[in-house]
Amino acid sequence: MSTPPALRVVEKEWVAWRRLWKASVFQATVAPLLFLAAMGLGLGDLVNKGSGGVDGMPYLVFVAPGLMAATTMMQAAGESLWPVLGGVKWMRTYHAAVATPVGAGELFAGHVLWTCLRVLLSATVFLIVAAILGGVPSLWGILAIPAAVLGASVFAAALNGYAVTQESDVPFAVIMRIGLFPLFLFSGTFFPTSRLPDWLQPVSWFSPLWHTVELCRAATTGTAPSAGSVVGHVTFLVACLALGCWWGVRRFTQALTS
Amino acid sequence: MIAAIAVKEAGRRRHRGGALRVVERNTLAYRRMWLAFVTGLFEPLLYLLSIGIGVGGLVGKIPGPGGEPIPYDQFVAPGLMAAAAMNGAVLDTTFNFFFKYKYAHTYDAMLATPLEVGDVARGEVIWALIRGGIYSGAFLVTMVVLGLVGSWWAVLAIPAALLIAFAFAGAGIAATTFMRSWTDFDFVNLALIPMFLFAATFFPISQYPDALQIIVRCTPLYQGVAIERSLTTGQLQWTMLLNALYLAVMGAVGLRIATARLRVLLQP
Repeated sequence: MSTPPALRVVEKEWVAWRRLWKASVFQATVAPLLFLAAMGLGLGDLVNKGSGGVDGMPYLVFVAPGLMAATTMMQAAGESLWPVLGGVKWMRTYHAAVATPVGAGELFAGHVLWTCLRVLLSATVFLIVAAILGGVPSLWGILAIPAAVLGASVFAAALNGYAVTQESDVPFAVIMRIGLFPLFLFSGTFFPTSRLPDWLQPVSWFSPLWHTVELCRAATTGTAPSAGSVVGHVTFLVACLALGCWWGVRRFTQALTS
Repeated sequence: MIAAIAVKEAGRRRHRGGALRVVERNTLAYRRMWLAFVTGLFEPLLYLLSIGIGVGGLVGKIPGPGGEPIPYDQFVAPGLMAAAAMNGAVLDTTFNFFFKYKYAHTYDAMLATPLEVGDVARGEVIWALIRGGIYSGAFLVTMVVLGLVGSWWAVLAIPAALLIAFAFAGAGIAATTFMRSWTDFDFVNLALIPMFLFAATFFPISQYPDALQIIVRCTPLYQGVAIERSLTTGQLQWTMLLNALYLAVMGAVGLRIATARLRVLLQP
């Protein structure tokens, strides 16, 4: 049996990345850790002095899983917008790919899968450093890695589907600012959603990032509110991912086969 | 003879407002990208709501620039205002400038008119200042509405934001003239993100060990944060003058280097 075409797409990305990985190290790995140091240690010290931390845990322990989920979401978004438009419009490598036995749907799957692998690497590095700094009290924390990858895949699938039919990258900056950035700041990342105004709290239930943050935090602290809540979060994210994949395959097919 | 002088005169007269023509061009261009312009304000405002108010409630009061305790949201807001002035100016004068210089060839087109290289550099800096002024004005109004301004000195926070924008715009263009490809722009992020996070924006400098404090005090953003925080809290310090001098020199030197470099790059 030959290699599935989607894995060929992953292979192509891997070959390119092997030569270019240095350029992405800062954004993907170092910047999230700087956020962790500034917020977890610098700001965290003020929070711990001011109110004894969040829900009884030091602020570093609270914010580390939030930042892990939020920065991997941002990474997945960055990988799914500009590179996709580059492939379909600027460099047209996607047209080259579908001229081979690779289909549009497989191209989509391959690119999402590749993004997941990138996130896997960043999340692992983040978790290790957070653990060294003392932000991961439980060994269950290792499960935060698959949780972060699952959460990031939701955004990768949806944004791949969105980006593939765009005419220019001007709306991307707007999406980052008014779509993803509010999620980054208000999905229970830096402070518990119980501190949001009452009317805004139900809105956060629809944020895939909030579900990811809750899962990561349950893992790194080793305390889940209930087994049911974990199943609920996973179900929500898997449902979003399935929807995103269905839509993404459709959009890729529309854009690349005519 | 007279006709020749008249033509020369006319050329010079048109030339005098050259930088403003560049500003006019940018205004026209941004009319088609107004959403990208308006949403530039979102980032600092959302940070203010999330970190300032959301996390700030967990922090309570901390010592202000003069030592008197102030609520955390009043502490972080001027820091975010300074950071926003920096980010706005740098984005416009690095990424956008490079695109126009290298790919859109906007500046080659400009120099085919009576505009001169100095006009291009000055015009882009003025444009960055206008943009920075609008953002910082809107941010200051939000601070007043949220009750985060403790003094009438805050009126000077907008000119201070313009000074920050001037410093970073000058330095930004100067740095961009040395960039070879987009990969080099990683250095921009490498400079901006650590400054944004660590130049006393989110927590006071006293959190650091002494050696680190000296390094932080030398960063350009720290100068801006120190000025803005003193003004909006009303806890003035004489060192603000040094901070302002630092920023003014940085902007002027940057603009000087940028103009000299552009002369070589754009007029071979």
